[in-house]
Amino acid sequence: MSLAPRMVVVGAGPAGVRAAQALVEAGVRPVLVDEGQRDGGQIYRRQPEGFTRSYARLYGSEADKAARLHRDFDALRGRIDYRGNTLAWNITSNELHVVHGQHTATVPFDAIVICAGAVDRLLPVPGWQRAGCYSLGAAQIALKAQACAIGARTVFLGSGPLLYLAAKQYVEAGAGVVAVLDTAPSARSWAAISGLLARPRLALRGLAMLRTLRRAGVPLLTGVHPLAIDGDSEEGVSAVRVRDARGIEHRFDADAVAIGWHLRAETQLADLARCEFVFEPQSRQWLPRIDADGRSSVKGVYLAGDGARILGADGAEAAGRLAALAALADLGHSTGAALYEKAAAESRRTLQRMDRFRSGVISAFPWPHEHAAALPDDTVVCRCETITAGELRRSVGELGSREVNRAKAFSRVGMGRCQGRFCGHAGAEIVAAAAGVPIESVGRLRSQAPVKPLVMNAREVQA
Amino acid sequence: MTAATHSDVLVIGGGLMGTSAAFFLRRQHRRSVTLLERELIGRQASGTNFGNVRRQGRDLAQIPLANRARAVWGRIKGLLGEDLEFVPHGHLRVCYTEAQAAVLETYAREVGPLGLELKLFTAEGLRRRWGIFSNEIVAGSLSPRDGHANPRLAGPAFARAAQRDGARVVEHAEVLHVERDGGGFVAHTAGGTHHGEQLLVCCGAWSNRIAAVFGERVPMEARGPQMGVTEPLPYAIGPSIGLSSPIETEGLYFRQIRRGNVVFGGGLKGPALTDQIRAYVTPDNTLRQLRELRRFVPAFANVQLIRVWSGIEGYTMDWAPVVGASATTTGLYYAFGFNGEGFAIGPGVGEVMAELIATGATSTPIEAFSIGRFVKAAQRAA
Repeated sequence: MSLAPRMVVVGAGPAGVRAAQALVEAGVRPVLVDEGQRDGGQIYRRQPEGFTRSYARLYGSEADKAARLHRDFDALRGRIDYRGNTLAWNITSNELHVVHGQHTATVPFDAIVICAGAVDRLLPVPGWQRAGCYSLGAAQIALKAQACAIGARTVFLGSGPLLYLAAKQYVEAGAGVVAVLDTAPSARSWAAISGLLARPRLALRGLAMLRTLRRAGVPLLTGVHPLAIDGDSEEGVSAVRVRDARGIEHRFDADAVAIGWHLRAETQLADLARCEFVFEPQSRQWLPRIDADGRSSVKGVYLAGDGARILGADGAEAAGRLAALAALADLGHSTGAALYEKAAAESRRTLQRMDRFRSGVISAFPWPHEHAAALPDDTVVCRCETITAGELRRSVGELGSREVNRAKAFSRVGMGRCQGRFCGHAGAEIVAAAAGVPIESVGRLRSQAPVKPLVMNAREVQA
Repeated sequence: MTAATHSDVLVIGGGLMGTSAAFFLRRQHRRSVTLLERELIGRQASGTNFGNVRRQGRDLAQIPLANRARAVWGRIKGLLGEDLEFVPHGHLRVCYTEAQAAVLETYAREVGPLGLELKLFTAEGLRRRWGIFSNEIVAGSLSPRDGHANPRLAGPAFARAAQRDGARVVEHAEVLHVERDGGGFVAHTAGGTHHGEQLLVCCGAWSNRIAAVFGERVPMEARGPQMGVTEPLPYAIGPSIGLSSPIETEGLYFRQIRRGNVVFGGGLKGPALTDQIRAYVTPDNTLRQLRELRRFVPAFANVQLIRVWSGIEGYTMDWAPVVGASATTTGLYYAFGFNGEGFAIGPGVGEVMAELIATGATSTPIEAFSIGRFVKAAQRAA
């Protein structure tokens, strides 16, 4: 091809940085758009300028990987068009629409590699709208980015690797951890992850986290049923109540609570790009359809990292590189095609291994959909619009919704600022249970622009 | 499973026109009714429009119909058991130029005798009453008894009320073919055949598929309105507000709902893919709307847009709707092609169509909207 292909990468986490690096290796100068203030994504989030904590302190066992990614990114800086603090708010077939502060711009592309990452998968708990209730990811960001804790006495509630990791990081930072409350039954502990053999080092790290928490005297309960986050509108969170596996109720006084049930892929941009989605029964969520190398159903749109499949950081690095090279090969870029030929088989093997582990994590820390379906009617499900489970059920029972977009139209669940990113999965479970139909039949919320709220003052800058 | 149904009236299309017609056919005329909807009730133009309940600004020929519709809106809670979030807090039109102010004045003078009293405002008067507009605004015109409502709720609420009154409403029933059946009609769907003595076609932008069968194709194109909504703000704006301008790119209207969000739309339309039943908001249109919103109400500059959406509307060549009896076929009726302003008059169209179908006549003048005008235009052109 005569002209260098116009390549865009969204996201500067492990997948995005490796994608950009592969493009540079092939002699292409990509545009790298990232929402973050600095590169690294969520897992390898870099602390703000002027902070001086060591890699070991910030990233623990993953310090070397974080350092490597940051170093490699720094080396790329002069060879890519890096646009930090920039939100990709919309996309058309050949243009990405971005906003930086109040300035909007259009970035044309021949191919785009979307590495949008993941965010906490949240289950509503009665009282989760109170001040002092954060997601596990937010609790971790407070610590990583700003060296702050979300509270002096924090309860960690949910399930998944991040539940234990965030609690452990709080303990090590000297922040008060009141309890770790896991909805997964104890029979499916870290040691029982069926994909253990796929990634032994990672599973062992899980066991080490448990030891740290036990040594610190943090109560660990498994198989809990969340009952409520107590508190009031003045003081926020005051306690967390759960019922344990034997049916005994426990109350933990706290001034903050971090909740999360593993992760959900950030798929809005892929949806706006009109990619096809498929239902993934094991995790009970809709994900964009991709092939082994990250090709979506839309020509020129590639997906990599946790935004496509929750494989974790190592998987994201491999997937980002592979998707970028696949994109170049598909465009007929000869250097890119050669690199793709060389790397594809090995990368695919890596990703397959990661996928076995992913599957193990999902069965070890299942999404407790039965809790969502059984939420009391007065529980706020949609925090943006303050809509309760009862109102959502009314849109099914009385108003006849059998599908989530219809339930949204009637009840407003998913219409607010987050567009269902945080309530959508639980909302779908409530609709499916109330309608008495399988979860996959209620569909998924259609994304609408902007990907995240866009200030009205946004205006185009003339280049 | 295939079924065969027989009704006095077969309605094809489950938007606001079809559902309200079905409702009034049952409630006021006791006709048996079957309504067929291809996907879900009120999904396209009916469910995605702005939600204006506006008489002001309409073509004068539409005012009697709009007045009748406004009367239905006033009784909506009693009729349906829910208010559809209808708030009669007025409809305000403002403008940027003296020339347009003169247009507003003329319109107010002409529409008054038709039963719509408007109140004119100077820039100073607008400032005192609302205090939100930019200095560019020179004049305004308020229709105090107009207002706005929630379009997402309207069609489904009429359909449920019609069902409670005994109408048969069938969703996911795409009509594959329609033909005459003795003196009546029969519609074939994958799930069965539906017979009706009379047929009402109100399939919005898709209506030509059926009208063409009866030799009455209307020059009409499909377009998508470009809608958006902000984060919630303190509730402060009662009326629905629109800019009156001959320049399409600066077109804009907005309203604030009770929970505080500002809903807006206007300006250029977006692509509408009738085969895929999808319409999109283009990023350029969103950015243009943000620019025009800031120009219109400077305080909006710091507000956040949280979501945009579109739907599919039918726009006729002469910007007038098709409402009334077929010009070729006895027992066949139409209500479609509302040019992006059907919501306000929808319940009135439903009531009028029910009256026309059941009694053969209506007290509301609708001759100007006859489908026959296109046939005559085509003949004149030939």
